[in-house]
Amino acid sequence: MTLFNTSIRPRRLRLGAVAAGTAALALSLSGCGPAATAPGAEPNTTGTAAAELSGTLNVYAAASLKKTFTVLANEFEAENPQVKVSLSFDGSSTLVTQITQGAPADVFASADHANMKKLSAAGLAKDSPVDFASNVLTLVVPPDNPANITSFADAAKPGVKLVVCAPQVPCGAATKADAAGAGLTLSPVSEELSVTSVLGKVTSGEADAGLVYVTDATTAGDKVISIPLNLANPTVNQYPIAVISTTKVPELAQGFIALVTGTEGQKVLQNAGFGAP
Amino acid sequence: MPVLVLPKTSRPAARVHGRTWQYTGVPRWVYLVAAVGALFILLPLAGMVAQVNWGQFGALITSEPSVAALLLSLKTAAASTALCIVFGVPLALLLARAQFFGQRILRALILLPLVVPPVVGGLALLYTFGREGLIGKSLTVVGINIAFSTTAVIMAQTFVALPFLVLSLEGTLRTAGQKYEAVAATLGARPGTVLRRITFPLVLPGLISVAVLSFARCLGEFGATLTFAGSLQGVTRTLPLEIYLQRETDPEAAVALSFLLIAVAVLVVALTYRAPKSPLRALMSPEAAP
Repeated sequence: MTLFNTSIRPRRLRLGAVAAGTAALALSLSGCGPAATAPGAEPNTTGTAAAELSGTLNVYAAASLKKTFTVLANEFEAENPQVKVSLSFDGSSTLVTQITQGAPADVFASADHANMKKLSAAGLAKDSPVDFASNVLTLVVPPDNPANITSFADAAKPGVKLVVCAPQVPCGAATKADAAGAGLTLSPVSEELSVTSVLGKVTSGEADAGLVYVTDATTAGDKVISIPLNLANPTVNQYPIAVISTTKVPELAQGFIALVTGTEGQKVLQNAGFGAP
Repeated sequence: MPVLVLPKTSRPAARVHGRTWQYTGVPRWVYLVAAVGALFILLPLAGMVAQVNWGQFGALITSEPSVAALLLSLKTAAASTALCIVFGVPLALLLARAQFFGQRILRALILLPLVVPPVVGGLALLYTFGREGLIGKSLTVVGINIAFSTTAVIMAQTFVALPFLVLSLEGTLRTAGQKYEAVAATLGARPGTVLRRITFPLVLPGLISVAVLSFARCLGEFGATLTFAGSLQGVTRTLPLEIYLQRETDPEAAVALSFLLIAVAVLVVALTYRAPKSPLRALMSPEAAP
């Protein structure tokens, strides 16, 4: 009996190792971000009912378009009851990577020309993209304005906790250009990876000031105070939109782009703070 | 009687090896399913290695931002692992050895960072230690600012890795059992002596293994760091953040850095990680002898 006891011991030990392995698996699972894949399109447009559009349209759009494109997608669905619009929002470069790796996108709306060019270079933009909106940067501060900032120059002063986008992302490139245009040298405490991170640092009161798009400031409402940069030549970011060449629902894609570039779409976009293209 | 038959039937697969023997019989189908599992992990790694531009590899990983990010990652992960050991070992001891009111709830809550997304962890830290946070508000008054500092990175990493260490070490402690501790106590050893001379030597190999895994976990921390600490070269931009940023403009650099991160993690784990030893052997081995 004693022999049996000692001999079973190593097995019980390995159970401990299994437990540790399970924990490691749980860890890696929790590290997984939300996948931005949408269900595949089911084309039905080639049917007999030519006037009635139907099927699923996958729209991949820059994160800054979340609010406006959700409204426009609802409108599109209301106009075409047989159509389901599936939206996927993320950073433009992330979306381009996904599309070039085969993600089932039908329409892509980018927050800048650089990322749309990547898509065109990969041969995935059906026709030449059209600009449908523009955006400029603004300075935002928390409602209590702890550093008493009233101008762009104030934000560049030493001791001010300024948060900006990293130069590698579109809003950071605009930040760099605008700072140069104003003749200012910025010394940020953080160069965030996305404009939403910058806004988050300001709305949480962590930062004294941040540089975000005008539309982000509009979205944040009274959680921030917006201070215009007052530049002679502000950097204007153009938003292009294009049909993906591999789409199986080109009529749907064209229809959605027509809505975005049309009167109704422009009204929604400009209400959210976007400029005309 | 079945109990008497069991050792006999398993004998063909068993090896007599020193003081103990290990049972190695595994049904064939287990190999098949395990191979699928292993491939699922290994194939994406191979896919990434295939993407590495080896001609530019040296230049890509020795660029100034890359080196700064690597050094910061190693520094912060080491500090976080140390913190995990300092606070995690007592926690695991309490959970495995002590009995008190609310123990089960405490265990469940402490393990939360394992199951919530790291971004949520970062937000929780922000609303606690941030400038407007629960504790951060008072800290700001006395002139302590944690946000946007390397300290914030270390806190974020410790937050996500600590439960991992506690969970694994608690398991090790339970597996090791209390037989030897009980014997020592009956021989008159005080709790401190039992801890030092029996418990620690018993679980030390397991502790080292899990500390190494915690280090690797800290090295890979992204979400909580991004949300809580920000991203500035040399201060808060660790290797995973640098990879994410490089991906925006220079996918080749991102792939090269990813490979570097994996290589460092593999190196660290391979150098120190050993499968858990039998507690009996750990106690008998010369370095652990009292």
